[in-house]
Parts: sequence; structure tokens; C-alpha cells
Amino acid sequence: MHDIAAAFATSFGLILTLDQGLVEIVLRSLQVSLLAVGAAAIVGLPLGAAVALLRFPGRRAVAILLSSLMGLPPVVVGLIVYLLLSRAGPLGVLGLLFTPSAMVAAQFVLVTPIVAALARQVVEDLWAEYEEQLRSLGAGPRRAIATLLWDGRFSLMTALLAGFGRASAEVGAVMIVGGNIDHVTRVMTTAIALETSKGDLALALGLGLILIALSLLVNGAAFVVRDLARSGA
Amino acid sequence: MISRRLSLLAPLFVAILMAGPGQALERGIVVASTTSTQDSGLFDHLLPIFTARTGIEVRVVARGTGQAIKLAQNGDADVLFVHDTASEEKFVAEGYGVRRFPVMYNDFIIVGPKADPAQIAGLKDSVAALQSIAAAKAPFASRGDDSGTHKAEQRLWNAAGIDAKAASGTWYRETGSGMGQTLNLAVGMGAYALSDRATWLAFKNKGDFAILAEGDRRLFNQYGVILVNPERFAHVKAADGQAFVDWLISPEGQRAIDDFNVEGQQVFFGNYKSDPS
Repeated sequence: MHDIAAAFATSFGLILTLDQGLVEIVLRSLQVSLLAVGAAAIVGLPLGAAVALLRFPGRRAVAILLSSLMGLPPVVVGLIVYLLLSRAGPLGVLGLLFTPSAMVAAQFVLVTPIVAALARQVVEDLWAEYEEQLRSLGAGPRRAIATLLWDGRFSLMTALLAGFGRASAEVGAVMIVGGNIDHVTRVMTTAIALETSKGDLALALGLGLILIALSLLVNGAAFVVRDLARSGA
Repeated sequence: MISRRLSLLAPLFVAILMAGPGQALERGIVVASTTSTQDSGLFDHLLPIFTARTGIEVRVVARGTGQAIKLAQNGDADVLFVHDTASEEKFVAEGYGVRRFPVMYNDFIIVGPKADPAQIAGLKDSVAALQSIAAAKAPFASRGDDSGTHKAEQRLWNAAGIDAKAASGTWYRETGSGMGQTLNLAVGMGAYALSDRATWLAFKNKGDFAILAEGDRRLFNQYGVILVNPERFAHVKAADGQAFVDWLISPEGQRAIDDFNVEGQQVFFGNYKSDPS
């Protein structure tokens, strides 16, 4: 009980004083996770839409695969990306291990299936609705995918937010490929893990509260943007 | 209209993204080290002094000794700074490292609940303490992660003639995690644990735990530092890495190690001798 009260006090203290270390870690968390989600959107949205619209053999299998990859364990992804980026691995020459880029790569792998699987669902539903219309307009698949992604942009935002939630909350992958290096690859979740292992549970929980607040902010901002866009549309 | 409002957000995003992930290391080295040196706060004390003096940035990746050695064997670190003399010597002998320098020591302690069900309080003989714990089947939290502390603990069990591993899952519990995490678990389940003194003193979740057994010569804990062999890995930053090693064993580095304290107590003792014989 005492720890929980202390955690609230700690987190407010950190926020009110705009603690330099905290600001740095928060910005890095945002930066890594937003980049990962951005990259996942570029790949995942068209991929999901393609699986929804195109008819090809094994399409169902791909859809099932995408859905199951939504549950990829972060530690396993971390390990795979580590083995790829390690100096002893195939991409070792890039020297990316223990940099924020490595963390973006790992989170990209985690998030892309989520974005793609949710996008597939959204686009499939829209397709059921607009198929005839689009066909009568003579829209080819590429055109149809673009149209439906644009039409479903508000629903697809939820897919991106789900991806962002996953990325900003995971610790297993970024710990392995980032290394939790102070001022370089320390993000909110790895800082929480570190403070926990120092036994400073109040500070760890305080950071946790800030992470949750951050997630609220991002989601809130997304909804505001959506409402603005809708009212203007 | 909308786009104007949205454009207000754009600078924010640009600012976040511009912070630039993955900018190439200019003057920086990666040091693979242990959870004890990180969790105790030693590096937070040492690194600013070293960086101010040399301009070399040190990036510490803290793992158990076994894992840290694996990292270095893969060429993913420039310097290895760990505490298991036997594996360090093997690392050098196999050509992964240039040369090992003994840097500092601290000691291990056995911590446990003040209620002390195995009656080990005040024992100097760490082996006898472990024998009492095993005889009482009192819970014992082991690192179980191939770290330097874990290896030291295994040597003690061997000396005690007890196959603790056979009891794994009953009173002997392998946490498979770092020192601090293991202490959290030990405190949570009232289990004894072997810890290095520095991590224990800096640890903030002690609950009703205390140091129960200490002072045995077998609890001596030596740290060594090794430059990863640049002949084996061409990308190793040999000059800057060696500068870090040289600084640690210099009078100034040794003094900085001695000056570090936790709650007013010195926890690491520089013991590099310029002429090891």
C-alpha cells in the first residue's frame, strides 16, 4: 500500500519537475514506437488489404498466419533480431545492435502482423459492402485497395493504435536488442525493469504510471484528430 | 481548415522523429558487464569521470557474466567487465580477448529473512551455512542464470557436497534472472540468497531481510576487465576500449572505484597491481 502511494508521489514529482532523465526516456520511447508503427503501417495496411481483396491460393492460410502472428512473443522476436544483427549474424556488418534502430526493427516485426491482420478485417468488411460499386466503376485491385484503405481510415486508426500499444508496452524485445543503455537505448519499459531490479518499486511503478498516462495521451490525441477530420469532412 | 489544424501537430512529430535513432557511434565503446555493477550504481559513478577525462562515451549492456561473455564472443562488445576468473581466463585463452586485468573485488554475502529458519545467522563458514539451509529444506533463491554469482554459488554447493540442483523446484528455486530480480523474489518468498554486497546494499526492497552470513574467504569476488580481441573482430574499437581498461587500472581509476560508496559504505575495492606476480 505504502509503495503504491509512494509511486503516485514519485510520478507526480517526476512530471512536475520535468525530470531531465524522464523527458529523455519518454521521448525515446515515443520515437522508437512511433517509427515502428509508422513503418508497420506502410507495410501492414496494404498487406492486410491485399489479403482481403486479392484471390490467390493459400489466401486463407495467410490470413490465419497473420492473425496468429499478432501474438508473437516479444522475447522471441528480440532473440531473432539479435541473432540477425549480432556481429556474428548475417546483418552484423551494419553495426545496428544496441541502437534505437535495432529496437525499431524489433517492434516493427511485432507490430506489423497486428496492423495487417486488423486491416484485413476492416477492408474485408468494406469490400463486402462496396464490391459491386467498385466493380461497376471498373476499379482494378490496386485502385480498390487504395479506395478502401482511405475509406476505412478511421477504423484503421484503431489498428495503428493497437500496434502502438503493443510496441510501447513491450520490454522483452527492446531489452535484448537495445541493451537498456543509459542515454542511448533506455526506454520507459526497460527503465521500469531496471528500477524493479534495483528494488526501487515505488520509482518503477511511478514510471509505469507515466507510461500509462502517455498511452492515454496518444490515444486521446488520435481521437481528437479523428473528430477534427470528421467534422471537416 | 483541417489540414491547418493538423499541421500544428506536425512539428511535434518531426521533433520526435528528428531526435535521430541509430546515429552512428562516434567515440563510444560498448562494455558488456554484469547486473551487479549496474544495479549497484557503480557505473553511474565511474563513467562520467572517465568520459569527462577522455571524451569516450561508454555504453554498458548489463547481463549475467555468462551472457556477457557470450555477447563478447559474438563480437557485440568492445570490452568485457565481469566476475568469474575461470571463464575470463578461458575467454582470453580461446583468443576472444587480448589480456585479462584484475580490477577490483567485493564479496558475496548470504541474505535471508530475520526469522532465519535454518539458523545460519552469524556463521562465518559459508559452506556450513548452505548445509544448514539444505538440511532445513529452507527455501533458497538461486540466480540460475550462469552468472558469476551463480557460478560462485555452485562452487559453494559443491564444497558443501550437496546436489542443490536435484532439489530444484522444491526448496531450491532457480530464478533465471539478474541479482536484483532474484533478491526481489527471495524477499517475496522468504528465501535465502547469495548476493554480492554492493547490489544488496543498494537494493531498496529489503523487506525484513538482513545479511546473515559473511566474511568467509570463499566469498571473495574478483572482477576482471578484458579488451575484446581486435584481431578476431576487426570492428572492435581497440584504442578506445584499451583506454577504458587502462583508466580502470590506473591510480585514478582505482581511486574512483574506491570512492564509490553505497549508504556511506565502500563496496568495491580496487586491487590492480601494476606488477602481477
